[in-house]
Amino acid sequence: MSTITASFLVEASFRRVLYIVAFALFIYGLSGLTGPKTAVRGNRIAAVGMAIAVIATLLVDPLSNIGLIIIGVAIGTAVGIPAARQVKMTQMPQMVALFNGVGGGAVALIAWVEFRTSDGFAERPTYVAIFSVFAAIVGSVSFWGSNIAFSKLQELISGKPMTIGRLQTPLNALLGAVAVACGVAIVAGANHEWLMLLLLVTAAVLGNLLVLPIGGADMPVVISLLNAFTGLSAAAAGVALNNTALIVAGMIVGASGTLLTQQMAIAMNRSITSVVAGGFGGTVEAVAGASAAGGTVRSTSAADVAIQMAYARQVVVVPGYGMAVSQAQHAVREMAKLLESKGVEVKYAIHPVAGRMPGHMNVLLAEADVPYDQLKEMDDINGEFSRTDVSLVIGANDVTNPDARNKADSPIYGMPILNVDESASVIVLKRSMNSGYAGIDNPLFVNPKTAMLFGDAKGSVGEITEELKAL
Amino acid sequence: MLVTNLSILVLAGFVGYAVISKVPNTLHTPLMSGTNAIHGIVVLGGIILLADGAATGFLSKLLLVIAVAFGTINVVGGFLVTDRMLEMFKSKPKELVEADAEDGK
Repeated sequence: MSTITASFLVEASFRRVLYIVAFALFIYGLSGLTGPKTAVRGNRIAAVGMAIAVIATLLVDPLSNIGLIIIGVAIGTAVGIPAARQVKMTQMPQMVALFNGVGGGAVALIAWVEFRTSDGFAERPTYVAIFSVFAAIVGSVSFWGSNIAFSKLQELISGKPMTIGRLQTPLNALLGAVAVACGVAIVAGANHEWLMLLLLVTAAVLGNLLVLPIGGADMPVVISLLNAFTGLSAAAAGVALNNTALIVAGMIVGASGTLLTQQMAIAMNRSITSVVAGGFGGTVEAVAGASAAGGTVRSTSAADVAIQMAYARQVVVVPGYGMAVSQAQHAVREMAKLLESKGVEVKYAIHPVAGRMPGHMNVLLAEADVPYDQLKEMDDINGEFSRTDVSLVIGANDVTNPDARNKADSPIYGMPILNVDESASVIVLKRSMNSGYAGIDNPLFVNPKTAMLFGDAKGSVGEITEELKAL
Repeated sequence: MLVTNLSILVLAGFVGYAVISKVPNTLHTPLMSGTNAIHGIVVLGGIILLADGAATGFLSKLLLVIAVAFGTINVVGGFLVTDRMLEMFKSKPKELVEADAEDGK
């Protein structure tokens, strides 16, 4: 390679051009994610963009610390690849939370080192200090908040809301104020490392306290919000480092995360503020067992369910987290195939927040090769329940709770639900009579039209399938 | 420089909003995972600070190596997980329909 070409490669303007290529690929790749056919390609295009951005960053002369860079990338790869390869589809939500967290952690660490290497930003313009401080606070909140979200979903700690009562909001406000005050002092020129450490620690405690009180169906909204946070903090770090690739990529994620968070909150008829204020299912003491709702529970057998469904015209399957937990999606697909061979029309009703993340059920059912066009979104299927003979609820609870429609003092009142109680009969597969993730009674279970089939979802579906074969 | 970067910031926000508002509900989980991978671009920040040699001292370098490792986990893990999820959507509808037809016989 001639010297002219070599020096051209390390020109700042050439690097910038590569960054433009990289973020163009990000945008093009993301637009591919709009359809199931182009999505795989879209994701890979975005990955190519990322590779180009990393290579561009290494094209500097002189390139210091290459050994350390390689070590960092090697450790990250050694951890990231097995984690992504081995994670089960059901554990996807917590994996996203974890990957999101480390991203936020990286932002916070970078801001800290910038502070250390620039004499507390004394050598930098004021705006660099402002954006770095913002990145440090938001990155730290995102890292610790995501870790709590991960721990809750992985059931390392209880998934139930944990609050310290009335002191919660004032304490959060105080922590936020301390972090911001440290930031302001740093921006004003105070060069004390303890200020940066205090900022990071208060933001960390705030991140923990923000997510601990959140439980139940609000979890997906929180992960999405933290995703947006990390994106915004990355964009802020990009402004501080004068790096367009970081700015564009971070901001796209910030915008998309915000949009997704809004959409999820709307689907649950909750405002983002009330989600963050926490206590969903925590404000009302969870009453164990549906007996508290009055009425009796009718339990049934796999054989009865099989007969009922075999002679139905239309069966709607309503999957929830229970299906994910017991990995029942393949069994469900097999059962559905048998039903279809008997001339029964089978559809799947997907509530936007069924499971722990939007689209969670779609991913699982797609894994089991359920045809894409049988998956119906809430608005499309709700009109059909009145024409449905059997609704088969597999491990879903809160998203079918008629209290959301009828009972004004219910914590989930106003949340759009799947109107399974309008169908001629309802069969609920459930492990026990314990209340759902949100800890609220479900009167659907004591509805005279409802029959319960207790047991592990995969086992129950398997039994039904055997009975169907025997018919 | 600041003004240029701020305009890029604002425009990128609108681009992100416009591109992503078209994504169907079904693909929200892969989308979240995919965008999650993209903000792993913070790995660049760690690489830049290491590569320019400004960070001296053990602690600064250690923090940056951790930052690069974190960023890499975010990028590599994020894209791989998204890819695994999306592969499941890629099943060829034609074959499935044929398979169903055979089952129906």
